[in-house]
Amino acid sequence: MSRADAFGLLLAFIARLITGAQGHWKGCPPKAEQRIYFANHQSHLDWVLIWAALPRELRATTRPIAAKDYWTRGAFKHWITRAVFNAVYVARQRTDDQDPLEPLVEALRHGDSLVIFPEGTRSNLGQPQPFKSGLYHLAEQFPQVQLIPAWIDNVQRVMPKGEVVPVPILCTVTFGAPITLAPGEDKRAFLDRARAAVMDLRPGAAAAAAGAVPAA
Amino acid sequence: MSELRQLTADQQVGLLFVTLFGLLLLVTAAAALWALRERSARQDEHHQRFKRELRAVWVGAAVFWAAWVSGPAGATALFGVISFLALREYITLLKTRRGDHRSLLLAFFAVLPLQYVLLAHRNFDLFSVFIPVYVFLAIPVVSALAGDPERFLERNATIQWGIMVCAYGLSHAPALVLLDFPQHQGRGAFLLFFLVMVVACAQIVQTVAEGRLRRRPLARHIDRSFSLRAWALGALAAALLGAALFWITPFKAGQALVMAAIAGATGTLGEFVMSALKKDAGVRFWGNASSVTGAVGLLDRVAPLCFAAPVFFHSVRWYFQLKP
Repeated sequence: MSRADAFGLLLAFIARLITGAQGHWKGCPPKAEQRIYFANHQSHLDWVLIWAALPRELRATTRPIAAKDYWTRGAFKHWITRAVFNAVYVARQRTDDQDPLEPLVEALRHGDSLVIFPEGTRSNLGQPQPFKSGLYHLAEQFPQVQLIPAWIDNVQRVMPKGEVVPVPILCTVTFGAPITLAPGEDKRAFLDRARAAVMDLRPGAAAAAAGAVPAA
Repeated sequence: MSELRQLTADQQVGLLFVTLFGLLLLVTAAAALWALRERSARQDEHHQRFKRELRAVWVGAAVFWAAWVSGPAGATALFGVISFLALREYITLLKTRRGDHRSLLLAFFAVLPLQYVLLAHRNFDLFSVFIPVYVFLAIPVVSALAGDPERFLERNATIQWGIMVCAYGLSHAPALVLLDFPQHQGRGAFLLFFLVMVVACAQIVQTVAEGRLRRRPLARHIDRSFSLRAWALGALAAALLGAALFWITPFKAGQALVMAAIAGATGTLGEFVMSALKKDAGVRFWGNASSVTGAVGLLDRVAPLCFAAPVFFHSVRWYFQLKP
């Protein structure tokens, strides 16, 4: 076992000790298919949680997206994103001659699975912000790749903005049923549908939708 | 019986675990055979529930065995981990705010380990007052320093209560192992075994009695089946079992009867309090994965012990005037 693998196992263990990192596979089984997981984004820990909730066999082929300027700056940051997580680097500054999605397209062509946070930024309002269009473009180019919505619950309580030490609080990652881009579907409509699919996975959301449970 | 007395303490405890695991094996085998029979949906549901409970008993027995094998230090560490997991579940269910972050860090990473360190050093005097006295002040101070006055009392009470139940209460279970009776050295495991057995007995008898008696529930909105008579029957059964088991403890038969009644009665009351808590937190069943994040069911299992252990420990220590 290489040093990176061992460090990855250690990280997954810590994530499980602190948060439980329970994966609930509600809409699909954990399978070695090519997938794009998309989830709500509330904290720096989101990626680690999804990664720890995945079965160990799937972790190697499931890759996060990392901002190139930030995550390649220090030797340790670069090592952890490259060797441990096998991250896909994207440039945050848009240059004219390059499509920002190009590294993602490259990774998907290569057969890897991706985890993306389509809000683009962390939100602590409880509700996800409107999704950015990257998910739509990827769905358009790779119709054979499954799009799996995921809801990460409770993570904002583990490490609120501005704190560095996490508090042990249980979190869950709920994976839903895959969604597909309908032929000729409008971009905004698809993105709203994807966001709704993520929000439907909130624990208690189904009960609330089916009519409030009697208090007694 | 006289051959049993000839054995060393270690051999006696070993025999205790062999008997326990043997009984569990028999019950598991019987359950497996019974599962082969054809049965109705209702019976099936009962059987599933029984299997879940049986698995919990197995886990519990394995934990106690590991606690004994690994010695006092190991037992302390093991219960420390269980305390940590229980407190984690408790804090998950009770909503906290951003301003509680530092207090929670203090609770998890300072108070809880310190309590178990005090225990491992058999510093029972400080161990008994550390959380009720010193931490009682420390938590609200840290919380006030965070500068969030909203629902201040409620938030601090929540954290304080969690520490009392999950760290203070539960740490008294391994404390029984470390308690030194004159002429009873090395047999602390029996005392813990005694406590767990009588509490479990009280719970089982109470549940069965609730089903049979169908009394008017005492507090319908908290527990639909809790009635005074069933509770008293549970305590009585615990007392009788305790009196029957007196020979494994340092107690005389009469003392064992009273101690077991106290443990049984407090354990089932603890369970009752915990069901009030889960109603408050909006959990209808423990261990259901989907409806509420965090309800994994550990807290529910250790709750009777959390409440019974400190009462039992301090009753024993006070009555026998034990000095560390």
